[in-house]
Amino acid sequence: MSTLWMERREFLKFSVAASGGLLIGLYLPGASKLAVAEERSIFMPNAFLRIGTDERVTVIVNHSEMGQGVYTALPMLLAEELDADWNKVGYESAPVDPKYNHPVFGMQITGGSSSVWSAFEQYRNAGAAARAMLIAAAAQQWNANPATLRTESGVVIDGANRKLSYGLLAETAAKMTPPAKVTLKDPKTFKLIGTPVKRLDTPEKINGKAVFGIDVKHPGMLTAVVARAPVFGAKVKSFDDSHARNMPGVRKVAAVPSGVAVVADSFWQAKLARDAVRIDWDEGEMHAFSTSQMMQQFREQAKSPGKSVRRDGDPDAALAKAAQKIEAVYEVPYLSHLMMEPLNCAVDLRADSCEIWTGTQFQTVDRAAAAKVAGLPNEKVQIHTTFLGGGFGRRATPQSDFVVEAVHVAKAAGVPVKVVWTREDDMQGGWYRPAFLHAIVGGVDASGSPVSWKSRLVGQSIFAGTMFEGMMKEKGYDPAAVEGVDDLPYEIPNLAVEYHQAEVGVPVQWWRSVGHSHTGFATECFIDELATLAHKDPYQFRRALLTKHPRHLAVLDLAAQKAGWSKPLPKGRARGIAVHFAFESYNAQVAEVSVTDGRVRVHRIVSAVDCGHYVNPGIIAAQLEGGAIFAASAALFQELTFENGRLQQTNFHTFPVMRMNECPEIETHIVENNEKSGGIGEPGVPCTAPAIANAVFAVTGKRIRKLPIRLTEAV
Amino acid sequence: MILFSVNRQRVNLDVDPSTPLLWVLRESLGLTGTKYGCGVAQCGACTVHLNGEAIRSCVAPVSRAEGKEVTTIEGLSPDLSHPLQRAWMAEDVPQCGYCQSGQLMSAAVLLHEKPRPSDEDIDEAMTGNICRCGTYPRIRKAIHRAAAMMSTGEAK
Repeated sequence: MSTLWMERREFLKFSVAASGGLLIGLYLPGASKLAVAEERSIFMPNAFLRIGTDERVTVIVNHSEMGQGVYTALPMLLAEELDADWNKVGYESAPVDPKYNHPVFGMQITGGSSSVWSAFEQYRNAGAAARAMLIAAAAQQWNANPATLRTESGVVIDGANRKLSYGLLAETAAKMTPPAKVTLKDPKTFKLIGTPVKRLDTPEKINGKAVFGIDVKHPGMLTAVVARAPVFGAKVKSFDDSHARNMPGVRKVAAVPSGVAVVADSFWQAKLARDAVRIDWDEGEMHAFSTSQMMQQFREQAKSPGKSVRRDGDPDAALAKAAQKIEAVYEVPYLSHLMMEPLNCAVDLRADSCEIWTGTQFQTVDRAAAAKVAGLPNEKVQIHTTFLGGGFGRRATPQSDFVVEAVHVAKAAGVPVKVVWTREDDMQGGWYRPAFLHAIVGGVDASGSPVSWKSRLVGQSIFAGTMFEGMMKEKGYDPAAVEGVDDLPYEIPNLAVEYHQAEVGVPVQWWRSVGHSHTGFATECFIDELATLAHKDPYQFRRALLTKHPRHLAVLDLAAQKAGWSKPLPKGRARGIAVHFAFESYNAQVAEVSVTDGRVRVHRIVSAVDCGHYVNPGIIAAQLEGGAIFAASAALFQELTFENGRLQQTNFHTFPVMRMNECPEIETHIVENNEKSGGIGEPGVPCTAPAIANAVFAVTGKRIRKLPIRLTEAV
Repeated sequence: MILFSVNRQRVNLDVDPSTPLLWVLRESLGLTGTKYGCGVAQCGACTVHLNGEAIRSCVAPVSRAEGKEVTTIEGLSPDLSHPLQRAWMAEDVPQCGYCQSGQLMSAAVLLHEKPRPSDEDIDEAMTGNICRCGTYPRIRKAIHRAAAMMSTGEAK
């Protein structure tokens, strides 16, 4: 195992501990071949690759494609070492099997912006091993010394320039022994890695052919829509389906643990009948829940010390001696992931098998949960991972809510069934980004240098009560709640971070960038407030405090330079800046905004990233663009609120998403280096809200301390 | 019975006339390229053409299609040759891809009506189509690219 991986392991030891400590090798030479009933002429050197006599190179991808580009990036890694002809390369989603486990997390999962870095050597090794076997096959045919042969674009070539294509060699290569050890290319010789090759999945996403979970349909499969609790934790007391069950197309109405399922011939029939089921709910403890009351409680909680997360020096003494002090309370709301494709899950449950088709980020966990409900051993349950119409974390639910429910529905229906959530069901179904409060106090000395910073956080834990609770044991708090503030990079001699874990009955979950989605906002707004207190330029103020963090500095400088930080802007416009480290990557953004009649318009965002050794700069640019837009939607528009236990938002009109006419120009820049690969799906999110909020201050003189941004609430 | 045409093929269906066209396309005809996103004409994922006009099929009862011509993403071109599809590939537009059928169908009507659209035209035509992945900047570029291809006769 390489150094890189050992460090990753150390970094992620909590995850590993939580998942039972199962770490598989990066690549197992001679690993059992895929149990696929294919003709023998196909070369399957390992779990990640098939080469056909038709020259097709199929890469089996162990991460879910939810837009982030893994069906392109992982094939690139393998094809690079294989020296494949890129035009012959395709992808296939992996079945659920331990050999497809995430090499660090020890389970099949797509999350934590980890697909590329976790696959970086795994997929290269798989390609290199196959290449060695193809060379051995050619050597046998030519009776040549393998060392004299080379490969290029899908062919093996000998010294006399004779060529044998991989397709022609497939049959012989299949009989070769996998090499015990492979040699990987010198990165300087990469031809594919590092280039902006086009995504492989674009064609089927622009002609209607791509199959998402919601598109799955098999003969005899019915569709179900479920009436779920209007209040979290509510239970069905009784229900009246006398009307619903006689509606057209309805085959069954049945109680399931999550509510009442209506099974019909089509979605529309199931939906109409579901709406006609009258249910008497026992609303339980959450019947009076309101977010405004909850935030009031958070404010109270923030007045007393929380669990200590980090303490450098003596923040209280330093604060007492500070020349100037400032206090600020930042608040962010619950947020929905709101994937364009609402949740769904198709299940074919038989006496001794259970097949599931869904877009999930969490295959291992979902399979185990489904097996439990089905009463089958794990091996009898298979998950076919479809394309995901967005994920953002929602499709990696520790409780496997949408999969477990679908298996219950299939059990009740007695036939194959696809459960489809309406948009309203999806939005009201929980597992939100938790609401958070950050109470921060800081001080600067007479020269304007920060001398003390105290952050106190209040909010729910994502890990508590889940299989990941073990990750909290060692530290005594949920690391995902404080990530991004516990490692505040600024050189401030006296620093305290404390956390109050709030207990609220709203199910919460990771939402693109997890804890960083609120810590980035609070810390980058507060450092800006300190800069103002010190009468310093916010960019230069940050620079002076980051001298020991060259990678932070590099992205900050790049973003500032490309944005023309010091150049004048038309009247009524101003810039804001932010920098943040998350998921092993560094990002800085400069936002340019104007404010008209209290309405914030973002004109331009310049985003600079350092994600180490990168694979596809085109996909990286797309992730930075998408991350900024995802975050800007939340910063400008989005908030989930509860009254009387009921969510007040239902659909896109009450939980708006940024649209074409509101979208800023976005420029992206990548820092070139050979550091180990970091993430890219999430790191582009945290800086957007603070960059916009800081720009709003620059243009209005008002501080934004609450999201979504409302000028009426600015201070 | 409701008689209409989909992608130049006549269909005669025995369905409840109040059923949204979206679900008839997806479930009765198996044309799953048209997507469900909101059900209330807020997101545009279900956009199809009805006699050449972009409509939200999630709120259009199938009866509205009676005697008319419906075009879905599957009928945009048989071979990815539509200028918009070529531009979408050149700009690497899709991420998750779920909204893209609707984006393309809205853009196709825009280009038909305004062969050289301005940014304001694009805003107006495309604002009803939500993309959660944030592909808007690339959609904008791709529409301009497709328009340029069409004007230089590069496209069929």
